[in-house]
Amino acid sequence: MIEAKNLCKRFGVIEAVRDISFVARDGEITGILGANGAGKSTCLRMLYGVLTPDGGQGCIDGIDIRGETSKARAHLGVLPHATGLYGNLTARENIHYFGSLQGVDAGRLKARSGELARALGMESFMERRAKGLSQGQRIKTALARALIHDPGNIVLDEPTNGLDVMAIRNLREMLLALKAQGRCVLFSSHVMQEVAALCDRVVIIGHGRVLADATVQSIRDRSGAASLEEAFLQVLGDTAGVS
Amino acid sequence: MHALFTVFGKEFLENLRDRRTLVSALLFGPLFGPLLFGLMVSRMLNQSVVESDEPLRLTISGGEHAPGLARYLAAQGVKLTPATLSENEARAAVRGGGAQVVLIIPEEYGPRFTAAEPAPVLLVADSADSQTRKNADRARTILGAYASGIAQLRLQIRGVNPLLAVPVAVNEVDVATPTGRAVVVLGFMTYFVLFAVLMGGLYLAIDSTAGERERGSLEALLSLPVARSSLVGGKILATCAYMCISLGLSLTAFVCVFRFVPLERLGMSANLGAGTALIFFGICLPFVPLGAALMTFVASFTRSYREAQTYLTTVLLVPTLPIAFASIYSLKTQSSLMFIPSLSQHLLMTSVLKDEPIAALDVWVSAAATLSVALVLMVLTARHWRRETMLG
Repeated sequence: MIEAKNLCKRFGVIEAVRDISFVARDGEITGILGANGAGKSTCLRMLYGVLTPDGGQGCIDGIDIRGETSKARAHLGVLPHATGLYGNLTARENIHYFGSLQGVDAGRLKARSGELARALGMESFMERRAKGLSQGQRIKTALARALIHDPGNIVLDEPTNGLDVMAIRNLREMLLALKAQGRCVLFSSHVMQEVAALCDRVVIIGHGRVLADATVQSIRDRSGAASLEEAFLQVLGDTAGVS
Repeated sequence: MHALFTVFGKEFLENLRDRRTLVSALLFGPLFGPLLFGLMVSRMLNQSVVESDEPLRLTISGGEHAPGLARYLAAQGVKLTPATLSENEARAAVRGGGAQVVLIIPEEYGPRFTAAEPAPVLLVADSADSQTRKNADRARTILGAYASGIAQLRLQIRGVNPLLAVPVAVNEVDVATPTGRAVVVLGFMTYFVLFAVLMGGLYLAIDSTAGERERGSLEALLSLPVARSSLVGGKILATCAYMCISLGLSLTAFVCVFRFVPLERLGMSANLGAGTALIFFGICLPFVPLGAALMTFVASFTRSYREAQTYLTTVLLVPTLPIAFASIYSLKTQSSLMFIPSLSQHLLMTSVLKDEPIAALDVWVSAAATLSVALVLMVLTARHWRRETMLG
């Protein structure tokens, strides 16, 4: 479970995140939807502990990310906006490097990376250098890297950016599989259809605030709009830029 | 500690597979210096040895006006090439390389010589060319000797003691030892050694910081439950490993090169065998973490590979500054200078080359001072990595 409690963050004069609270539950996929610059990445970065909030608190499975960073991070897998790999290492070495830094021992690493390779369909390129991999293969490697320590919570920052239709579809299946395993999946996007197709809950963010936090169905019911698109637009109001 | 060694292992392996790192750390860095140096020194030495053995060649125009002088020159072993050149033709010939030094004896030489007035001769040479300048100097010395010989004869004929014209007799004593003389030539070697040390870690320092950022792997790395100091420590340690390899290769190359440089022919001996190389390795070892920390620190502030390269090229020049000061002020090894990194290594290595005894305390002070600066830089780097701006 991932909790954001009244998170605030400012960079100089810009208030990137004003007051954001929400809960992403286990066994659910929670989507953060917002325009570019709405504060999605800043919010996620505070939740996985690379940014310190000016106010509020982020908790992973009830553990404060600032108070016990290492302990909280052990429960968390992160796929940041930039998912760069080490080109001169093979896919497996990339995954093992992160696993080892997560404190996973050698025997467990081998078993776990084999498991992930099968689950994500990576067996054909596990021993290839990362610089020769396709975009789809790279995202699988990055995802396996984030999951190597078997975390209960996964945060993904705009994971579908730059992926083709097939790769997006693959990713969607992977996220659904993670949800089926009872994990908490939190991901951000500015593509409405993606969120609608995948999420159980949606948190809509605009100008650093939560505009709506509800199930996809209830948003639609509440707004009384016929299509999901219109329902979203009503919630967003003047928050332009969501495609 | 486990995380630190994991980072170290990964950086070491990854860069072992990177051609750029290998070329700079294991080829260009350590070999460029010794090869260039060996070539330069052996060429310099060959030249000066050959010159003093070879007879002086002189193009002489109007030799018939001064048969006495011509005979004297020939008796001194000067190879004379007779020619008929005007002053302008002689200038052109020297400038064009047709002749090195031209001696022109004008027609008036004979009458003036007989009348015991100063008899003019013209020595045409190019002082900008170090080769012909030396030959011109030799010609001038021989002409001077002839002139003073004639002067003494003239005094004697007039009944004056010729020794009156020699009020001071200068005798030169050169106290340079064979090794001491070689140090002038070898002084630059220490810079090449320190350069090789830095080159060894240059690309790894860039790749593990700015490269990490440019590749987009930094944020994922920073979101791991690992202390930033372990990340920085592992990266600096890997950089140190490559720098040590580079240092070892560089010293080995120097030892090999000096086997082939004919220093003995100049009466010099280079005190550079395997034993000295080992001592050099020990002296330079504290400089390794300093260089690694300095380069990692500077590269941590840059946003891209290219930017890091620009800044680090300047860092490569840093160890030259103290060495340049040392040669301008001809500094000698002394304890107060042991606090300055790179200068202390330079002075200690020079002392070893000169076969001078070095104080154990100086070695310790040099190591301690260098390592302290390294430690400060490491702490600053780790602190920078803990800041949010690291994400860029």
